[in-house]
Amino acid sequence: MLKIEGLKVEVEDREVLHGIDLHLPVDEVHALMGPNGSGKTTLIMAVMGFERYRITQGRIIFKGKDVTSLPLFERARLGMGLAFQRPPVVRGVKTRQLIEMCAGKRHVDVDAIAQTLNCEEFLYRDVNLGFSGGEMKRSELVQLMAQDPDLVLLDEPESGVDLENIVLLGNAINRLLERDLEPKIEESIRERKARRRKSALIITHTGHILDYVVADKGHVLIEGHLICSGNPKEILRTIERFGYEECARCLR
Amino acid sequence: MSEVKEMLSSVEELERVGIEPEGKGRCGTFIQEDERVVACGIRQSGVDLLPTKRALKELEGTERFLWRALQRDPDLGEFQNGYFIRARKGVRPIFPVQSCLYMGTGGMQHVHNIVVVEDEAELHVITGCTSREIRGTHLGISEFYVGKGATLHFTMIHVWGPDIEALPLTGAIVEEGGVFISDYICMHPGKHIKMSPTAYLRGSGATARLHSVLVAVPGAFMDIGARVHLQAPGTKAELISRAVSMGGTVIARGHLIGEEPRIKAHLECRGLLLREGGVIHAIPELEGRATELEMTHEAAVGKIAREEVEYLMARGLTEEEATAAIVRGFLNVDIIGLPAPLKEELDTLISQSDRESL
Repeated sequence: MLKIEGLKVEVEDREVLHGIDLHLPVDEVHALMGPNGSGKTTLIMAVMGFERYRITQGRIIFKGKDVTSLPLFERARLGMGLAFQRPPVVRGVKTRQLIEMCAGKRHVDVDAIAQTLNCEEFLYRDVNLGFSGGEMKRSELVQLMAQDPDLVLLDEPESGVDLENIVLLGNAINRLLERDLEPKIEESIRERKARRRKSALIITHTGHILDYVVADKGHVLIEGHLICSGNPKEILRTIERFGYEECARCLR
Repeated sequence: MSEVKEMLSSVEELERVGIEPEGKGRCGTFIQEDERVVACGIRQSGVDLLPTKRALKELEGTERFLWRALQRDPDLGEFQNGYFIRARKGVRPIFPVQSCLYMGTGGMQHVHNIVVVEDEAELHVITGCTSREIRGTHLGISEFYVGKGATLHFTMIHVWGPDIEALPLTGAIVEEGGVFISDYICMHPGKHIKMSPTAYLRGSGATARLHSVLVAVPGAFMDIGARVHLQAPGTKAELISRAVSMGGTVIARGHLIGEEPRIKAHLECRGLLLREGGVIHAIPELEGRATELEMTHEAAVGKIAREEVEYLMARGLTEEEATAAIVRGFLNVDIIGLPAPLKEELDTLISQSDRESL
């Protein structure tokens, strides 16, 4: 799905990522962990193609295609989707209109998807205007559900969300990634899984979201270097017990 | 409407300013070309629609509406009609009355319009003012009277030729519990336009909401304001101005005068500069003259935030589509009811300025 090779990224003339290699296969969910300021957001913003995040070296291969110099919207149209940590307010544009734009030419039942995330009441409000942290996260996910991307990039989906809504978000993410499969008479879960083509890279600072969404692999980013990859639960436990200071020891 | 065919104006010209040539979805139509009234018909009982001169002559007591919401200016001289519209007590037509003031041959068009909405009545008036590419002056005097518990929604669209000077003068008096809503749209201000409609909220609980949507192309100059005197306790006013400059100049004024306690007033002036050479000058004024007032304002002038454009691009919109969606949202185009031809024109203007700024 996604291959990042030797990626160096600058933000405002300062190098933030110093050569990242990461492979996210089809139908896998990876968690990206690391302390504040380690470059997690920079990595997914650069993958998505935002102007502020300037790639100075390396390549991004998405679905076998080199997208390193492809504009943002073309990457979106190829099947990348990103849930922002702090999305901007767009005055005068209603959330409902934005969700319809996300769907592009496909038909989606806006009310039905909004309902799954308790978003009905802000469909007619200006995009992100006066939204609480939790409302923003839910609105972001509704947009992604309308967009239906193959590669889902989530930037701290659980931050600022209360416990009740984390469950809701977790369910929505699982649905987005087709991880909420139920057996059918004509097809077993195993058969359905074999057809699944969704991947995700989830930034999490606390790891709480991993209680609801099963990650296949975890990566730790420290000071712009990907220093560790492995079992996400194990990594998380180590961080919980010894903090990111222990991870920093691996920075040579 | 056979009269329309005899006019100098084309159907397209009328549609651009929100006029339905067949009168579909309207309860009445008034069209004046230069000084000649070419259409004047109403299909709603309880609503009077007449050329102003005739109304003053034939309808008893109408002269008291002359120069009451505005101060008489003897220098202006004799007017050449205009429309008189009155919704009788408690009458609430479903459809709006439409009126068009059209300049076909140039010189001076001087109209005096009067709209009276009696107690508990509700009326929507759509006025489109437009001209051919001629040289001339439009002097449009409008007086509005909104009775107790009544509502007047007045939508005005200006599409002037490049050599027109437009000088609209508008005054509105709103009684107890009355609501005055004014939506103004201007994308073609002509050579020069200066106006500042003034509302007087006379009765307690009266409300005024004036909203303007201004788009200035290169060479355009518009000085558009709005003023509300809150003259009774518990009155409310909201002024919203949204201006986009594609290279032209906009002066956006707003003036709220709180004269009695327990009033609430808010003013919002926002400007977007899309192209080099444009000027947006926001002048918000708050004038409190009593205690216990709540008067606030918000003013912001700037360019489109890159962050917003990229946010929409991340959802699969091209840069042009994203910019257009943001500008349309900014101008509240959907809420205010921009006629379809103007909407298309606006989209074209946005995509042009987008290409040039690249």
